Formats: sequence, C-alpha cells, structure tokens
Amino acid sequence: MTYTERVDGRKFDELRPMEAKAGVIPNADGSALVKIGKTTAYAAVYGPRELFPRFKQNPKTGIVRCHYGMMPFSGSGERIRPGNSRRSQEIAMVMEKSLKVMIDLSAFPNAVVDIYVDLPQTDAGTRCAAISAASIALADAGIPMKDMISSVAVGEVDGTVLADLSYDEEAYDAIVSDIPVAMTHNTKEITLLQMDGEITKENLMKSLEMASVATDKVYELQMKALKDKFSRE
Amino acid sequence: MSNILKKEREVVIPGECLAEGMDYLPGDNTYREGEKIFSKVLGLVGVAGRVMKITPLSGPYLPRTGDKIIAKVFDITMSGWRFQTNTAYSAMMNVKDASSRFIKRDEDLSQILSIGDYAVVKITKVTSQNLIDLTMKEPGMHKISGGRLVKINSQKVPRIIGKQGSMISLIKEKTGCNITVGQNGIVWIKGEADKELLAEKAVKMIQERSHEAGLTDKMEKFLSGGASQ
Repeated sequence: MTYTERVDGRKFDELRPMEAKAGVIPNADGSALVKIGKTTAYAAVYGPRELFPRFKQNPKTGIVRCHYGMMPFSGSGERIRPGNSRRSQEIAMVMEKSLKVMIDLSAFPNAVVDIYVDLPQTDAGTRCAAISAASIALADAGIPMKDMISSVAVGEVDGTVLADLSYDEEAYDAIVSDIPVAMTHNTKEITLLQMDGEITKENLMKSLEMASVATDKVYELQMKALKDKFSRE
Repeated sequence: MSNILKKEREVVIPGECLAEGMDYLPGDNTYREGEKIFSKVLGLVGVAGRVMKITPLSGPYLPRTGDKIIAKVFDITMSGWRFQTNTAYSAMMNVKDASSRFIKRDEDLSQILSIGDYAVVKITKVTSQNLIDLTMKEPGMHKISGGRLVKINSQKVPRIIGKQGSMISLIKEKTGCNITVGQNGIVWIKGEADKELLAEKAVKMIQERSHEAGLTDKMEKFLSGGASQ
C-alpha cells in the first residue's frame, strides 16, 4: 500500500498556493503576510530598540526575540487556549535560532529586535510560514542580514516523499513523517530541521533535496513581495 | 573577468548577488564572500567607481557625529539631561552644553529643560557602544514650544529635505510654516493651524512616495492646488 495520489490532487513536489505581501502593518517597523494553502501568518518586526530587562542586554551585539502565536479558533480542531504554551515557546525558540544566524546586529549593541508572528488561520506548516514571513518582515524593517531564510515542510506519507504537507496528510492513517526545513538561499545551509514521525535514511536525503528546491520557490515569492512594495505604480 | 549583475538604482533584497570578480569593492551595506559581492539590506543599488553600495529603503536611524536631531528629555541628572533619540539608545547633554549663559551650581535644571520637553540638538560624539553626547550651544539649537511633531522613517529624511533643501523650502514657502527636520526622523512643524496640517500631509506624502521621480513638481501641484489628491 502506498500513497500514490495526494489528498488535494497536488503533484508530489508541488507546494500549496502561496501569497506574500510586505508592509501590511503600519505601526510596525517592518511587517509581512504569508499565506500558504490554508495557513496564514502575519509577522511584525519592531526595533532595534532598547532591551529590557537589562540583564539580557549584550554589549557586543544586539539580540533577536521571537513570539509565535496561534489564534484561538485558527485550527480545525478545538479552541486553542490563547497565550504562551509549551508548543508556542518551542516554536518561538526554533524560529529565533533559525533566523538569527543570518542577522547582523553588531552595529546595535545592547539593543533588541522583536519579531511577533501570529497566525489567524492554520493548516499545517505554521512554523515554516512563520519563518518565511518573519524573514520578509526583517528585510522590510531594514535590518542588516546576510541572506534571506526560506522555509517549507517536507515529509513522507506511506513511503512517498512529499513537499509541503497539509493537515490531512499529516493525519493520514499510515507511517507519516513531517520535517520542517529552513534554508538560506545562497549557500543552501539548513537553519531549521525538525522531525515528527519516522522515515528511512534514503527518503530523508531525498526529502532534503526536495526541500532545497521547494525553499527556492518560497524565496522567489519573498523576493517578489519585497520588490512589489517599491515598484512604481 | 568582473561584471556587475544589477542595474544602478535597482531594488535588491538581502543576500542578492551584486557583482562578481575582485575588480569591484564592497561598500556600504554590502559584503564580500569569495569572489562575489552581496547585498546586506533592502535598498537601491549604487555604483561609485569600483565601489558597490546599497542605499537602504528602510531601517533604523544610526546616530552620527554632527547630526541635528529632535530629542525628548526623559530624565534630569546631577550634571545634565537624558534624551530619547528615536533609536535604541538614549543621549546625554551636559549642563555646560545646554546654554551659552552661566548656569549656577545650585540652579534648578528643570527650569531650562523639563521632563517631556523636546529640543533641537546636535550630536557631538557617538561611541562604539552608541552612547550619544549632545549639545544645544550651537546656532539653531533650541527648546521646542508649540507646533506639532511628525515621526517619519529616518531613511526618508534626505528626500524630505531635497536637493540643496529644495523640497523643504518649497513646503516652507507654500505653507508659511516653520519646519525643522531632525536626522532621526522627527519633523517639527509650526505655523497656522490649517497650514500645519497641510505641511504634515505633505511630509507624510513624500515619505510614502519617496521612490517616485519628479516628486518636487508633484508636491508643488499638491500644495498649490489645496487639498486635491
């Protein structure tokens, strides 16, 4: 028994329909919206600004802080309790780690750049959408960074390697693995790699190659979103 | 073999390759990796001789010595005032830099500048840790009273001022307002109430349409034609 046709009729390496826009929140220094399938992420960047509590200040460089939040009725299941949870804390941490490697805040000692990502509508791949949106928002805020970070999930459903799993596929009644990946564009370095489920070594290597191609598609979208903001009407 | 991959004044995003080969040098907001030069911020490409640089389209204000800024007093210490500068860093102004007149040892400093006051000040020194020193002694520096303050993106300040101050003098002339633009993106406008509003609209419009060409002419039309557009 293998997974030969995807639930929503996509090709194996095809991503869900995507949409991105930069500069959607006027009060933020930089902001972005990323939609991928039924997942929507809004990212807002504030700063560099003064960092409190003071003991967190680093006199050598500025730091990055992340917030990740799913809204109460954003998922397809039960109401999600708003506020901090184990899961949102973990995702905020991995987001921060995957983004900060490319951000250069050496010109802003003792300062902080805050990234807030909220998701009003979710259907799998939220941390990937969050990282992709945060990356656009950071560029929009004019934060110096060496490269853009693009993120997408890959995985295996019943022996078939797929890109950008939807919730129906993650919940498929077979052996499933879900691997969110974030990559830099130029060097293809992996800045986020997590996994849920099980997968063979061969299929893992295959899915990472697929992720490399898939993140390129996300990158094209990110680039378009940023350039559209400044195109002459 | 070296070649430039981007056109002058093209919009680039962080991490985009600007030029290949060792004949070109990385300038502001760029970096070299191997043989290639990459962009570090979202901005417009500029080529000055062999140097590739990026003019940012957005981003924070970086304090620089000699800049005239508008700042707000938030604390008074034994020896001077502490200012908020619209950056991640606060600035310090010593008593001796506040006024050309003699300030007595036991004088109440809040009589000169009190908490919450805004002032047009000049940056005299910035350290590597972005500690800022200010002065109010030079001509044109003063405490602000009345009028309105408008916050804009500090990267748009040169656009508000225009070539040799063409844009700012146009707005001043058409509205009759007194306008001071701080390099940190705070603009002070003082004049008649309705004219102040018009000047504020004009400033915000320049910020939004800063990447368009022929903006001075458009602004002239906007300010002459009243509230059209």
